Amino acid sequence: MTTSALKKGRVVVSLVFLVAFILTFLDFRRIIPESAINTVTWLQFIPSLLKFFNVFTLGAAGFLVVIVLTLVFGRVYCSSVCPLGIMQDVISWTVKKFKKKRKRYFSFTKAWNKLRYGILVVTILSFVFGTVLLVNLLDPYSSFGRIFTFFGKPVVIGLNNLLSGLLAKIDVFTLFPVEIKPIPILVMSIQLFILGLVLWLSIFHGRLYCNTFCPVGTLLGFLSRFSLFRIRIDSSTCTHCGLCGLVCKASCLSTKDQVVDLSRCIYCFNCLTVCDSHSVIYGLPEGKKNKSVNENTDSKVMEGTDLSKRKFILGSAAFALGMAGFSYAQETPVNEKPTEIPEEKEFPVCPPGATGIEVYNNRCTACNLCVSACPSDVLQPAFMEYGLAGIMQPRMDYWLGYCNFECTRCLDVCPTGALLPMKLEDKQLLQIGIAQFIKENCIVHTDKTDCGACSEHCPTKAVHMVPYEGTLVIPEVDDKICIGCGACEFACPTTPYKAIFVDGNFEHKIAEKPLEEEIIKPDDTEDFPF
Amino acid sequence: MRRREFFRKSIGAGVATGAALSIGGYNKLWAHTYSSSEAYDLVAVKGGEPDVMFDRAISAIGGMGRFVKKNQTVVVKPNIGWDRVPERAANTNPVLIGRIIEHCFNAGAREVFVFDHTSDTWTKCYKSSGIEKSVKDAGGKMVPGNTENYYQEVTIPKGKKLKTTKVHELILGSDVFINVPVLKNHTSTKLSLSMKNLMGIVWDRRYWHRNDLHQCIADYATFYRKPDLNIIDAYNVIMKNGPQGVSVSDVLNMKSQLVSTDMVAIDAAAAKLFGMEPNIVPHIRIADEMKVGTMDLSQLNIGRIKV
Repeated sequence: MTTSALKKGRVVVSLVFLVAFILTFLDFRRIIPESAINTVTWLQFIPSLLKFFNVFTLGAAGFLVVIVLTLVFGRVYCSSVCPLGIMQDVISWTVKKFKKKRKRYFSFTKAWNKLRYGILVVTILSFVFGTVLLVNLLDPYSSFGRIFTFFGKPVVIGLNNLLSGLLAKIDVFTLFPVEIKPIPILVMSIQLFILGLVLWLSIFHGRLYCNTFCPVGTLLGFLSRFSLFRIRIDSSTCTHCGLCGLVCKASCLSTKDQVVDLSRCIYCFNCLTVCDSHSVIYGLPEGKKNKSVNENTDSKVMEGTDLSKRKFILGSAAFALGMAGFSYAQETPVNEKPTEIPEEKEFPVCPPGATGIEVYNNRCTACNLCVSACPSDVLQPAFMEYGLAGIMQPRMDYWLGYCNFECTRCLDVCPTGALLPMKLEDKQLLQIGIAQFIKENCIVHTDKTDCGACSEHCPTKAVHMVPYEGTLVIPEVDDKICIGCGACEFACPTTPYKAIFVDGNFEHKIAEKPLEEEIIKPDDTEDFPF
Repeated sequence: MRRREFFRKSIGAGVATGAALSIGGYNKLWAHTYSSSEAYDLVAVKGGEPDVMFDRAISAIGGMGRFVKKNQTVVVKPNIGWDRVPERAANTNPVLIGRIIEHCFNAGAREVFVFDHTSDTWTKCYKSSGIEKSVKDAGGKMVPGNTENYYQEVTIPKGKKLKTTKVHELILGSDVFINVPVLKNHTSTKLSLSMKNLMGIVWDRRYWHRNDLHQCIADYATFYRKPDLNIIDAYNVIMKNGPQGVSVSDVLNMKSQLVSTDMVAIDAAAAKLFGMEPNIVPHIRIADEMKVGTMDLSQLNIGRIKV
């Protein structure tokens, strides 16, 4: 295989993955089938690793494939499969294209070994001791998912709405407007900070994020040192032109010493393509004559002007403020008599398939794929509802929507096994919370008029109407058959507090099946009653 | 285009409404075409499949040509509120909707639109109900009803509780409006009928729930843009646990259908079919009092057909 074919192959594969991931997270019409989404996410290292241990299934062996790939071909994952890595390449490539004055080149830097191995060890330890928080913040796939769910999707929906508005004027309804659901501003800010960091590092320092903060990068980098195929420099033919070092995004190629730091090389093959004398070689190692960089060099603080840092902080603060425009307060029409008793939720409601809040909080990497995939828009990233450890993990937000009775899409797409797949009939009996009725807030009680919106929306009739004053009927909840889908809470028209709400089950339970009773047939069905 | 068209039309419509009121009621507009002995106020059919019953009913009431003229646009409003399959009868029967659209095109309709402001996720409702497919097969156009941009604010001069509301622009802009509810038990309104079905053409239903539901339903029925034709699908009827039903055991295969231009009359007749006296349903009684139509079936010329 020629050297240019290697790079072309890498570019093609990486773009296929990137496009697939972008479509997956931006699919606001939920057209992409679950099986296709599973195919796209299957190779993702951390989700697959978690799912493997959560579900104990060989179906989740994507991470094993990645390990084998790394041991054979080196750390190709980071350039070809990881969406955040590919995104960084696209960003730095684009910036380079538009920067006319002075082309930016890379140069060899020493590895920040203490920091990167420190982050890896702390991440693993914190996960082993029960919090997935660091994994959530640092996992490149999950970070990518949140970036596109929080920032990409609203933009695309906005464009769609603009276009569909124009098309509707000529009676074309193939595109239709979609509501932009607000993401909590503080949740967005956290991801915005991570995005800012990734952008800054990718524009100015190549793949420094992947070689410093990313635990997957560090782990695969470590394995990559033992890989079968490696990149090396043939010192007998090398002309010391230094081109390879200039194009090395990972800053891991020392032209001076003619060595490649294999733990940081992301196998983009740029150095191979650029070398005129074909001295950069990808293949089996040749004896022991090639030196490798000493791993234990002291970490040296990278040069970086304070000014650019300050600009970055200022810039991201301004951007955060700008993003606040997206997050609008929910329209709250006021009752004739405002309700007075607040809903007191003991627990938030976690999605079906999570088995319980504690287990879920330990398993979900907050990629927000389910948020993107949910056709009912009921899933939203949490802020502090689960506590600090569960930040950005999706929860059921019944102000925005309710869980569709006939749907299992979130369980079907979850790549980490935080949501375990279930049969539809089982999910329809899964009790994720229980509806609580506040009579004092209810229209029937306060206004003495019929309402019943809650019971109307209840798929199991756990919320049913019982006689009240005169001919009025008022809701009553049957705890045993309530599944906590939140349809009642969503439909309840009272403000500012709802008269019915769902309190989450800390551990999910199985509800009883609604009784099937004989219907009362009207008399004389043969003739007309009028 | 439609929005501009609507504003242009609404001026004309205002004049027309005034004129219609002055000569005493909407139905009488057709009086010159049909002698009173022929023209039924209400047609009831029993014992057939939904499409067969509709063929009989529509011809008995004067044919679709009575309502749809050449080159007109038609909006058909079924109940597609829930993500349920047709056997559960939570939505209007898809076979009936398909047949109605065919009749519209046979009468010369230029375009037939179908939509509902659903409760469950609309894309799923359109699909599961089977209505999307039967509309497309019949040549009609499925239109979303899910975002506020499609809705225009209107005033309801005779409304007591409901003074203004936002209505889907297709209702305001189309030449002909056909209302096709499914008869079913309903926990909020006792029964789901033709006046109740109009909750699916407005944007903010919560307002209705919050401000005396039955009064709001009757108030909206006084709005000038009434359905030109109401068809109540009582082929499969949810007898309890409505409006969604919990299982197929809630459904009775009633094999009936009603057709009328008078919403109050057709709702009263449907209540009787269900086995309930019309005055037990508050919005029927209120609408009768507000002179939207009549619930006294003995006053009406009813066609009764057994298939």
